[in-house]
This record gives sequence, C-alpha cells and structure tokens, in this order.
Amino acid sequence: MNERRVKAEIMDETAIDRALSRIAHEIVERNKGTHTLVLVGIRTGGVHLAGRLAEKIRKHEGADVPLGEMDVTLYRDDFGRRAISSKLKPTILPESIEEHDVVLVDDVLFTGRTIRAALDHLIDYGRPRSIQLAVLIDRGHRDLPIRADYVGKNVPTALKERVEVKLREEGGDDRVVILEEEGAS
Amino acid sequence: MILVRGGRLIDPASGTDAPRDLLVDGGTVAGIEEPGIIRPEAANEVIEAEGLAILPGLADVHVHLREPGFEYKETIASGTRAAAAGGVTSVCCMPNTRPVNDCGAVTRFIVERAAADGAVNVFPIGAATKGSEGDGLSDIGELVGSGCVAVSDDGRPIVSPAVMRRVLEYSRIFDIPVVNHCEDLGLSAGGVMNEGKTASALGLRGIPGASEEIMARRDIALAELTGARLHVAHVSTAGAVRAVREAKARGVRVTAETCPHYFLLTDEAVGRYNTNAKMNPPLRSAEDRRAVREGLADGTIDAICTDHAPHQADEKEVEFDRAPFGIVGLETLLPLSLVLWREGVMPLMDVVRRLTQTPAEIMKLDRGRLAPGLPADLALVDLNAEYRVDASMFHGKTRNTPFDGWTVRGRVERTLVGGVTVYRRGRE
Amino acid sequence: MSFHGPHLLGIRDLSKTDIGEILDAAESFRAVLDRDIKKVPTLRGKTIVNLFFEPSTRTRTSFELAGKRLSADVVNFSQSTSSVVKGETLIDTARTIEAMPAEILVIRHPHSGAAELLARHVSASVINAGDGMHEHPTQALLDLYTVREALRRVEGLRIAIVGDVLHSRVARSDILAFKTMGASVVVCGPPTLLPPGLAEWGADVTVRIEEALRDADVVIALRMQMERQNAGFVPSLNEYAVLYGLTRERIDRARPGLLVMHPGPINRGVEIAPEVADSAASLILNQVANGMAVRMAVLYLVAGGASA
Repeated sequence: MNERRVKAEIMDETAIDRALSRIAHEIVERNKGTHTLVLVGIRTGGVHLAGRLAEKIRKHEGADVPLGEMDVTLYRDDFGRRAISSKLKPTILPESIEEHDVVLVDDVLFTGRTIRAALDHLIDYGRPRSIQLAVLIDRGHRDLPIRADYVGKNVPTALKERVEVKLREEGGDDRVVILEEEGAS
Repeated sequence: MILVRGGRLIDPASGTDAPRDLLVDGGTVAGIEEPGIIRPEAANEVIEAEGLAILPGLADVHVHLREPGFEYKETIASGTRAAAAGGVTSVCCMPNTRPVNDCGAVTRFIVERAAADGAVNVFPIGAATKGSEGDGLSDIGELVGSGCVAVSDDGRPIVSPAVMRRVLEYSRIFDIPVVNHCEDLGLSAGGVMNEGKTASALGLRGIPGASEEIMARRDIALAELTGARLHVAHVSTAGAVRAVREAKARGVRVTAETCPHYFLLTDEAVGRYNTNAKMNPPLRSAEDRRAVREGLADGTIDAICTDHAPHQADEKEVEFDRAPFGIVGLETLLPLSLVLWREGVMPLMDVVRRLTQTPAEIMKLDRGRLAPGLPADLALVDLNAEYRVDASMFHGKTRNTPFDGWTVRGRVERTLVGGVTVYRRGRE
Repeated sequence: MSFHGPHLLGIRDLSKTDIGEILDAAESFRAVLDRDIKKVPTLRGKTIVNLFFEPSTRTRTSFELAGKRLSADVVNFSQSTSSVVKGETLIDTARTIEAMPAEILVIRHPHSGAAELLARHVSASVINAGDGMHEHPTQALLDLYTVREALRRVEGLRIAIVGDVLHSRVARSDILAFKTMGASVVVCGPPTLLPPGLAEWGADVTVRIEEALRDADVVIALRMQMERQNAGFVPSLNEYAVLYGLTRERIDRARPGLLVMHPGPINRGVEIAPEVADSAASLILNQVANGMAVRMAVLYLVAGGASA
C-alpha cells in the first residue's frame, strides 16, 4: 500500500462528542422514546460509537437501550475478490429484534456496501419494525441506494482519499482525519 | 585396430591405476601399455581419452529389462541403451517378465533379442521355480544351457525353506548362484515402506528391517547346509549386513549386493508420499544406511547394482499404497556410487571393483576387467564433471528415480562394448 | 488468511497461529448455528464436491451441511475404491469432477496420502476429510474447539488418547494438534496397536490406562474395530474392553473433572462404557455440533484463500 499522510483533521474530540449528543437526541426524538430501541454497532468503529450513544441516552433519558454488535464479513459481496479477514468475530444481538426499531451504527458511510451486508445480516435474525442508520461521517460516493438517518458530519472527499475515525477506545485521542496518498496534489 | 590414448586406467582386477594406452583389436583388448609405447600408426582409429578415466565396463547383476511382456515399461533395446549411457556394459536381467523366464525358450528369446537390439551384453537370470511361484523347480539345466547365469524368483522371495533348500542343492550341478530377494512376507504384512517414524507419521504400513534379516539368515543357514552359492539381493539393512559378514567369516559361500539408494537415502526421502522413493526393499533408517556403507567398505557386500525397475509415470502417480515398487538406476549408477569415494567411505579402486570385477566374478562373466585377450568393454569417464541428473533426458523408457535434480560428479563420456562405441555423450 | 496454500491436508501443515484463527472463526459460525436462520450467503455461487471413497455418513453429512449453510452448492460423489480399481485412477476421477467445475474438493479416502496426491493434480482447493491412517485434520480441529469451549483453554492441559493409535488418523491429527497448541499428550494402547516412533513425536507413551488417565484433563477414546481382533492385534474385543475400556470405575479413580471425548461412531461396551458415554463428563455430542462450525470455518478460510 502507498504511504498516506494526513491532509486535514475534520473533527476533534469536542466535535465528535457534540455530534454524538445531537444524534442521540435525534434518535430518541424520532422514535418517540427509547422503549422500542436497539442499537447495533458495526464492527469495529461502530461498536464503540453505539456504546457512546447508549451512554448518552442513558444519561439524558435514564433508560438502558439494548446494545448489539455485528460482524458483516460473512455477508459481504466481495468475498474472494480480496484477501479475506480470518479475524471473524461473532455477531451478538439482544435477545430479540422483532418489533424493535434497530439503529445500525457505523463510523463512516461510503459506498453503502457494508450497510447492505448489515441489513441482510440483521434480517436473518428476525423482522425488526424498522431499521435506521446512524453514522459519524458521510463521505459520499455511494454505490447503492442507501442513505443515513442520522449523520454527524457530511464531508466531501475525493475517491482516493481515506477517512479515518480514531477513537480513544482503540488507544489515542478522538479525532477524524482525511488521509491522502503521499505525493498526491 | 583402435587406440584409446591418454587416459587413466583404473582396473581393480590388476590393481592398475595409472596412465595407460589401450589397443583394441577385433573386439578384444590387444594391448595395455604405458603412454607412448603403442604407436598411433598401429591403429586406424584413435580415441582421445585425455583427462578421462578408463574403467572396465560396469557389470550390473540386477536389472529388470521388462521384455518380454512389459515392453511399455522397458525393452531390451531401451534398457540396454540406458545401460550404455550409464557406462554399464553387462547386465543380468531378472526373470519376472511375462512369461516368466523359467524355460529355455524365453531365455533364448532374450539372448537373441539382445544380440539383435541390445546395446550391451545381456546375461539372463532364470526363474528358480516354475513361474516363480515358489513350488516346483524350473528346468534349471535347460535355463543354464540356454544362457542363464544364475537363478532367482526376484520380485518375491522363495518362501518355502524346503524349496529354497532344493534350489540351492540343485544349483550345485552348475555352480551358479541362487539369488534371493530376502523378505519375510508374513512379517512385511503388506507394508509399503520402511517401518519407523516416517511411516508412522505418514500412516503407511511399515516393513520392519527384521523382515530382511530373518530371510537372509534362513538362506545363509540353507547355503551352509547345502554347500551351494547364495547371492543375497539388494541388501538394505544393518541386520542383513551383519548376517552376511558373519556367514563369510564362517566360510559360507555367500555373496551380496546393494544399490546406491540404500547407501545414499533413508526412508525420509518418501517425504510427502513420493512414489519414486518406493521400492522393495524399502529405503531404511540412517543406521541401516551407515551399516550398508560399512558393509561395502569391508567387502561384506561384494557388488553395487541398480535393481533398475522401470515403471511409467501414470503407474507411479497413484496413491502410495497402490504404486508399484521400483526405481530406475542404470543411468545414475556410476556417479551415485562415486559418492562413496568422495565421502571417504572407500577408495576409488574399491568402488570401481564393486561395480566391475566382483559382480562379474559372482556371475562368472568374462568381463569386469581389462586385460589382453578379454572383451574390450570399457567406459570413459570424466570423474570430475559435475552435472544435474535430468530424468527427462534418460535413455530408458521411464523416469522413476528419486535422484532427479541431484547434482552429481562423474560423467560417462563414452562406452564401448566389444570395441564398438555404443554410447558417446552428445552424439546420439 | 494464513494457511500454507489453498488446501487443508493435515494438521502437520498448520502453525499455532493458523489453528488459533480457524478456532476463532469457528466461534462465529457456532453463533450462526445458534440462530433460527442457520445460513449465511458467504459462498454463494461456489461449488463444493464431497469426494467420498469410503463410507462415512457422519463426516460427509457434517461437510455437506457446513457447505450448505455457507450457501455453496454441495455435490456428493461417493464411490467405493473397487470401481476405481477397474481402471480409472484417483487423478482421472478428480479431474473429471473438477471440470464441472468445483472450487473445493473434500476428500475421504482409504489410502494415506490421497489428499496430497489430489492437491498436486487439481487446481481446486482440497480439504482432507480423512486419508487412510494418515490424518483427519477437521476432526482434530473440532476436538480442539470442543476442549477449548469446555475448559476455556488448551495450553497446559494433559490429553490422553487411548486405543488403536496404529490405525487411527484421528490420533495422528490429535497428537499434532494438541501438541501444537501447547497441551501435553499421553498415548495409551496395547503395544500391538501403537505405531513405532511415537515417542519421537513428543507424546508420552504408556500401555497402562490407569497411568494415562492419572493426570489427564481430557481423555479421547479411539474406535476399536472388529477387524483388529480378526487380524490378531488383540486377542478379543472382550479382553480389550477389560484392559483399555473407559469404564465408570476408571473415570472415578481419575482426576475429578476428567472429560471424555470420542470421534465416533462408538462401540458401546468396547472402548467406552455406555454410562460413561452418556455421562455429564462426556463431550461427545458437543463434538458433533462443533464439527459443523469448524468445517464451516475451514471451508470459509480455504475458499477465501484460494480465490484471493
């Protein structure tokens, strides 16, 4: 892989926190409370973000929202096209998602293919009342007709740039940066 | 008249290792002299042997030429061409053909075919029992009368001790050796490689070394009982070497042979089911390999032979259990044997002796040495030439060797049988 | 993907890391098998051929379901080796089947080395489902998985393998697998059924079952076949059961918590007493359930590695 360098930092710790607070509010508002809610983080970045959203909802609403985490590898549409990851992790969902409003949480929305896989994966566990999507960053360039219901920040990017969400749960500080290939103008 | 000039003659029978010129007249050696004594004008052809060793043509007492019956594997023509390319000028061919060489008619067929198509001398070995089935004696007198130099049921042992005893007794009429494939089949129990760690790891049935030793000891006891000549084929185990050594010390009339794979390889060469490392007896342990080398060095083992056993690639490219036993060896015999000299196991003279003089003596061939009046069978060898064994370039019909790709030293440049060049490297 | 090549021919080819990854992946598939919809779309459009030259309902069914639950097309090709004897070689058969085409060939064969032979001659991935007396890698992987699931670890455990080790591909793969993962292995059986050179594999060897069980955390009983009595390896199955059978009394005298496994099918009353096979100490049914998850993991990793 080519060397990449940071082109710009687009969010810092405060900005991320502020965006998540807003999304948490929007989720509760749109679903008229928390009693039908389930948050499912898409591995790996989405899992931490889903956890933070649940924490914020608990603080403001005093309610524990069921949390799940999901590995979509087995549902990807590029199996065999690139080296597969042998680091599969089990998907762990709350007891039931039937008749619940499931909010999928991911860090970056890009082509939409991961979300497509996540939708298929979720459906194999049952029939939720609705499925919604929350992302910290929407960077555009969709391949599929998919949009997010909750967006932390819309960031216009070039195709070959990469958006990286770094979270303190993985070590380091909270920040979102745009990376570009070394030598690119 | 042919003059072979400028070479280094290595002739174990006369103990010669010195620069010598050879004069060949009408197929026999006419003179052997120090350089310069024979004048080139005396010859109408001069073969320059500068930098080369002149060896008596090798005598391989254990070869499967496959004809008649298995001509797709090898023929007398192809097998003897392979021999010529290996510097081997005399081969003794085993009787496990189809039909089995158990009567004069088959022997005469082989002798005639060899005279017509053969590149080197062919001395058949007849079946010891009818059809090599281990029961009644074959017409050994007729076999010997037609040209057989020994009897054997090779490919399988003579199982019954009583039958083996009769074969040995009867062989005394002709004073020929009885060659036995020493294996206790009950103990081998369908094994396909040497019993030991490698076989266990591969899940393959093992043939214990004791299987060879038990049969060798039985045969030695019977040779002692009958006073007949026993020749123990392809010795592969420390136990059989010990048995032969002890028997010789007691004065039993026993001789023995081994093959390069038994002193170069171990059962680990089977690796991941390499069927070109499958032969019977199987490749043994490192300890056995050491014992075989010691046996060669101290003269317990008299001869180095090949057990040249051609099989086609599609016969070998099957499950290890189902692959036939056997590998080819004629075209690698000399360089592989020279390893014994290079690794200090024995002097060059003794290596050459076990390839020429002693095997010829066992089979009472008028070969294996170079002296005036004897057939001009000789091999011109570049002892130092280093090259890679390339089975695809073999002259025989098949490629089943575990030595493909090995780097070896000692290359046959030219082979003469009865004064006629039957092989010349690069001029085929 | 860290298999050495696109095949799974034996535990011998796998490193500790490789095995760890397979077991980890198997956990994900175990989770899939616990759902109502026990199927994922991962291997859609891929074809798996089960090439079985030896009767085996269990392993074939396990591979078949594993393939189907990954959404692959699974074809079963069963042939007794007697019809192969008629002239068609294993290579011929395999090439014909591969031309269908198939991405993965799962082979069970009575001759050791058959999977290796196949892998040398086809472009498909080859998974060894048991070859002669050589290896049965997926069985060893599921045994590892089962032990890890039950005891949360493998490293440092003491595993006893009891029975006809000589003829057992399961034993060979298990010894390699448990050793590789840091367990110690003691092998036990009548000397007529212990292969030569066992000690050189780094396993302890004993002919006394009490000694084998003394410090063991897990005992794996091997299937004892009637043919061994007929071929004179043991005087009788009865005497074998007396000397080497896993009985209630033997288990009671062993270390408390000793777990019992068996690759199946079981000869009740021969190598294992019925009350032991059905006891709480028995992991035999867990082995069966885990077998499918492990085989899904292997198919997934092999398929991903082969076409990457």
